[in-house]
Amino acid sequence: MHIVVCIKQVPDSAQIRVHPVTNTIMRQGVPTIINPYDLFALEEALRLRDKFGGEVTVLTMGPPTAVESLRKALTFGADRAVLLTDRYFAGSDTLATSFALSMALKKIGAEFGDPAIIFTGKQTIDGDTAQVGPGIAKRLDRNQLTYVSKIVETDLVNRTITVERRAEGGVQVLQSRFPVLITMLEATNEMRRGSVENALKAARAEVVTWNAEAVGIEDLTQCGLRGSPTIVKKVFAPGGRTDEVQLVDNEGNPEARANALIDAIFARSPDVEKDLFDQAAHHF
Amino acid sequence: MAEATDKLLSRRDVQFCLHDWLNIGETTDAETVDAIIDLSARLAEEHFLSHYKASDTHEPSLDADGVHILPQIGEALGHYADAGLFAAGFAEELGGFDLPFLACAASFAHFAAANVATAAYPMLTAANARLIAAFGSPAQVEAFARPQIAGEWFGTMCLSEPQAGSSLAEIRTRAQPDGEDELGQRYRLQGNKMWISGGDQDVSGNIVHLVLAKVPGIDGKLPDGTAGLSLFIAPKILPDGARNDVSVAGLNHKMGYRGTANCLLNFGENNGAIGWLVGQPGEGLRQMFMMMNEARISVGLGAAALGYRSYLLSLQYAQERLQGRPMGVRDGEPVAIIHHPDVRRMLLSQKAYAEGSLALCLYCAKLVDAHGDPDSTALLDLLTPIAKTWPSEYGLAANDIAIQIHGGYGYTREFHVEQLWRDNRLNPIHEGTTGIQAMDLLGRKILRDGSALPLLKAKLEAAAKRAESIEELRGLAPSMLQAWSAIEACLQQLSDRPAERAFDNATPFLWAFGHVVLGWIWLEQAVTAARLDRSAETQAHFAEGKIRACRHFFDSELPKVAAWLCAVEAGSDTAATAPIETF
Repeated sequence: MHIVVCIKQVPDSAQIRVHPVTNTIMRQGVPTIINPYDLFALEEALRLRDKFGGEVTVLTMGPPTAVESLRKALTFGADRAVLLTDRYFAGSDTLATSFALSMALKKIGAEFGDPAIIFTGKQTIDGDTAQVGPGIAKRLDRNQLTYVSKIVETDLVNRTITVERRAEGGVQVLQSRFPVLITMLEATNEMRRGSVENALKAARAEVVTWNAEAVGIEDLTQCGLRGSPTIVKKVFAPGGRTDEVQLVDNEGNPEARANALIDAIFARSPDVEKDLFDQAAHHF
Repeated sequence: MAEATDKLLSRRDVQFCLHDWLNIGETTDAETVDAIIDLSARLAEEHFLSHYKASDTHEPSLDADGVHILPQIGEALGHYADAGLFAAGFAEELGGFDLPFLACAASFAHFAAANVATAAYPMLTAANARLIAAFGSPAQVEAFARPQIAGEWFGTMCLSEPQAGSSLAEIRTRAQPDGEDELGQRYRLQGNKMWISGGDQDVSGNIVHLVLAKVPGIDGKLPDGTAGLSLFIAPKILPDGARNDVSVAGLNHKMGYRGTANCLLNFGENNGAIGWLVGQPGEGLRQMFMMMNEARISVGLGAAALGYRSYLLSLQYAQERLQGRPMGVRDGEPVAIIHHPDVRRMLLSQKAYAEGSLALCLYCAKLVDAHGDPDSTALLDLLTPIAKTWPSEYGLAANDIAIQIHGGYGYTREFHVEQLWRDNRLNPIHEGTTGIQAMDLLGRKILRDGSALPLLKAKLEAAAKRAESIEELRGLAPSMLQAWSAIEACLQQLSDRPAERAFDNATPFLWAFGHVVLGWIWLEQAVTAARLDRSAETQAHFAEGKIRACRHFFDSELPKVAAWLCAVEAGSDTAATAPIETF
């Protein structure tokens, strides 16, 4: 089974500051990481590969320095890495990104075998749109399973996959035929550590590098800024919160302290008390 | 993804040492090194740190089946083996990954910081396998080194005996010839070996003991001195599956490092333990010493790591603990103790000790990798006693300060700082005590053959020149060069002194010499930090931290050199000549 995981190199948001005067994001000197949601997708792909055999290809679009994220993915055990890079891709929004990635995925399919599953993270931590995964699925005319929290079953004979999808108000259990695109939720698994052997393999691996022409893009107006109708009008830092802090009496045993805390919450928000009692009455 | 945090060592600092300062990328792919450091940090935090307390409170036990250790230790070492870390530094033809010692050292520091007692098993195993790989026959390498490189078997070093600790000339273990087989010349060993770390345990498939013993002469007597020492491989389980004649006579109950089973082993209680000679008879000590630099750097590295973690714990505690108000302020809320000047002074001292120790050991690890270069080898020989003792003593000082910063809480077993102190207290003792190292430095490395001194002096002068060209470091270098001149003047005096009096104050000389070396290491770091791109806030803080720690070392530590040298130059024999009855 061939699986492709789309990953993105993003600035480590934990280390990003917003300039207090200009309200612009201060990216300079901020280290980059693999988008954390993509790591959950990668781990899931590696687990399926380990269980059923096959190959995992990681794909990213970005500047030449994005090769670092691909090598990092290789250290975790991915089998192949593809970098899609071209100055024409600069400034892509989700529409242009999903177009370019879908073209690269077609070429991956032609050269290395059609992927049964394409994984992405549910969204990236820098854009937060959650649109690229569905965009790729649409362009490749694939089924899509988004916000997946668990792979329940993979049936290679009937070529189906069953997953749990987190939806508002509950969990949906969905099944799809291959080929399919899956976007993974956070905390669905824990990324493996890799090994010295994989780290060395990653260093020696040749990363397949393609530009727009190599993946067959003829209409460059669909790429980069020209192919991106999205306009960011303003970025600003939210103002500070002014919620007051209340110190609950911390004397006494844990039970007494817990009761004091509950009393304080109920006193402050009588609706909470009412709701809880209603729910409790409903259960009995 | 569960990213490793900065609980054990500062990731930025490790990267700074490896990449910005020591340019590991010149010899090894930088991203590979980072991946291995990340892997090590995460593995150490998840599987070594997790049983740090448990391995202290659940000491190894001995019954008729042998020694039992905490199961989590075996699990942690299984993960260590699966990750390929036992094999990391070995040649590919031995099943290794050929990583430079510098990368291995930086990786290992994380495990020592997380749980030095558990980390002792792979450290000893690597040292054992390295010796066999260097001096053993191909059959011995295949039979005994390979399983250790794969992490399936563990190894020990059996040197000391109850009556022979620092003085290996007193060794009495006897090796009687017993024929020859495909593994080489076979002997029957009889004797007692004391302080054997990992001497027995129940988590590895076999234990390979490397034993120093003497072959008796035709008169049946053991040769005097160290020249008659030979090295033997005596596995717990023999190649045919039978138990060798090696038994555990008892466990030593230690102050720290409690997870490492420390045994008194009896070899040959019955027919004699089977051991195969490594190399030629009488070469044992020379073989051991050829591996000594790496072993001593590893001890220094472990000591640095223990001091380093106690610094990070202190830093966190000092920012959380609210106590007192700033000087001159009587009202208002209490402030975190990091705002108090004396706490800051202690933290900066810890930083200077811990980061300086780590940097020194990593610098020496780089010299190990440059073993083809005679100057690097000479410099390494000179610096090794410092790399072993300075982190052992000053890493411990950082541990001591950590208890002080934690106050009463630091004196309780609820916090890790007391255990870190107990663990580190071993390091000035084993692998050559501080006193032995002082004599090695002054005697063998300087007075007998001081050819490496000009190399070190050139390093100091080059660093001084670079520092003087940087505005914010100007004025530091002259005090270091002045201290070096004082060392040279002192050596001149010592060389004129009768040999039997030259070592009366070898240890204060070691302190003085060590402090000058650390001054240089700190200046090197400050120069590198000053040249970093500091446009990002975190980078700017990091660089300023390095420069401040350097300045603190020069302000508060370097002046001590003169006082120590005073004692050495005065040539006081008050202690050396004191009648025993006066003590």
